[in-house]
Amino acid sequence: MNKDLLVYIVVASIKIFLVFSAVQIMIISMIWLERKIMAHMQVRLGPMRVGPHGLLQPIADGIKLLFKEDIIPQKANKLLFLLAPVMTLVPALITFAVIPFGDKVKILGHSVNLVITDINVGFLYIFAVSSLGIYGIVMAGWASNNKYSLLGGIRSSAQMISYELPLGLSLIGVVMLTSSLSLVDVVNAQAKLWNIIIQPIGFFVYATSAIAEVNRCPFDLPEAESELVAGYHTEYSSMKFAMFFMAEYANMITVSAIAVTFFLGGWHGPFLPPVVWFMLKLSACLFFFIWIRSTYPRLRYDQLMHFSWKFLLPLSLFNILITGLIMVLKG
Amino acid sequence: MILPLIKGLALTLKRFLNPNTCVTMQYPDERPKLSSRFRGLPELQIGKDGRERCIACGLCAKVCPSQCIYVEGASDEETQRRYPKIYELNASRCIFCGFCEEACPARAVMLRDTFELSSYASEDVFNKEKLLDLTRKRNIKI
Repeated sequence: MNKDLLVYIVVASIKIFLVFSAVQIMIISMIWLERKIMAHMQVRLGPMRVGPHGLLQPIADGIKLLFKEDIIPQKANKLLFLLAPVMTLVPALITFAVIPFGDKVKILGHSVNLVITDINVGFLYIFAVSSLGIYGIVMAGWASNNKYSLLGGIRSSAQMISYELPLGLSLIGVVMLTSSLSLVDVVNAQAKLWNIIIQPIGFFVYATSAIAEVNRCPFDLPEAESELVAGYHTEYSSMKFAMFFMAEYANMITVSAIAVTFFLGGWHGPFLPPVVWFMLKLSACLFFFIWIRSTYPRLRYDQLMHFSWKFLLPLSLFNILITGLIMVLKG
Repeated sequence: MILPLIKGLALTLKRFLNPNTCVTMQYPDERPKLSSRFRGLPELQIGKDGRERCIACGLCAKVCPSQCIYVEGASDEETQRRYPKIYELNASRCIFCGFCEEACPARAVMLRDTFELSSYASEDVFNKEKLLDLTRKRNIKI
């Protein structure tokens, strides 16, 4: 009994370490890839000076940020100011706890499930945790004692709350089909047919609101440089800014991983090993994010809100209705 | 509404797949192709006899809208030929309009392709020798 517990703790620690470092490496490579891909899409070259084709640019950026002066504005709420970057980064990272990235494997006679923890309310866990990220941004906006930051914080709280609704509702269809909230069950149910084919509306709504949820272009209003001077992180410098920066990318990877899990068949795929399939699908989603960013201009604030409440929300409700209807008719 | 969005995505993807279409120039490694009528710094030209062509008439100083040229003439004692004793061009005032080149009756001032004028010391005023050196490096005599 005691031995089992020990094995469980060791295996879980190794899995946490592996997933965490994989996400960190992906964040670092995403910074370079995004700048490079976006540059080529916009007929530019992107970073070219640091290392061959700017490969060492993320390291140079990191060193630069480390050596910057760490400024806390006068009259800023110190506690919240320090807490905000952590509050943004941590939820983005811990969402990965429930995302299955591979099939069961046998290591040294132990059957290991390639997911950090398979909880039966994984779906609810994801949404509970990812909503916490909003607090970080609102706190950053309020604690900075800066009007632009506050406006950015208000905008992002309104935007993220509005888009959380269609985001959650778009996945309900999938949950109805699988009749389980566990993400492992959701992936297992897609062994033959991916949910994107059964739930195209759900995927469309999810993709759109996921981009808005992680504050990416064309929905990057909270940090609109041209109107809000970077929004909630105007007053942040040094590693605290770096944490916001990392949180943005971590969030992007998280929502992509959820999209892969719920709609693109998780780690299922022919020929290649499951983990490779998962990474391939994840990369495709991240490429889509960059592609969207380099193509579209930013939306106006009222358009953004109208789009969420008057179009995406009814559409996701319609999707649930249709899914239920077909399920009932099929018996 | 959807079609233009897809068209935009197609365009960016097309650009991404042809990296050769990049318009960025890697400046210090790649040199820009300057037009033949490019107006760089005004340079003093050297004649076939190896001396400066300038006759210190002062028309360039007169026509200069930003008043960055100062000329002081003198006469050669043997040949009685006029030459500039002092010819100073204040490069921080020069607007590269090329009026001095147009005004010059002796074709002694020409704006060629010198455009990298930054330096570590603040030497904005180019004297006669410096302006002539630019031409000497080119090895052109007219």
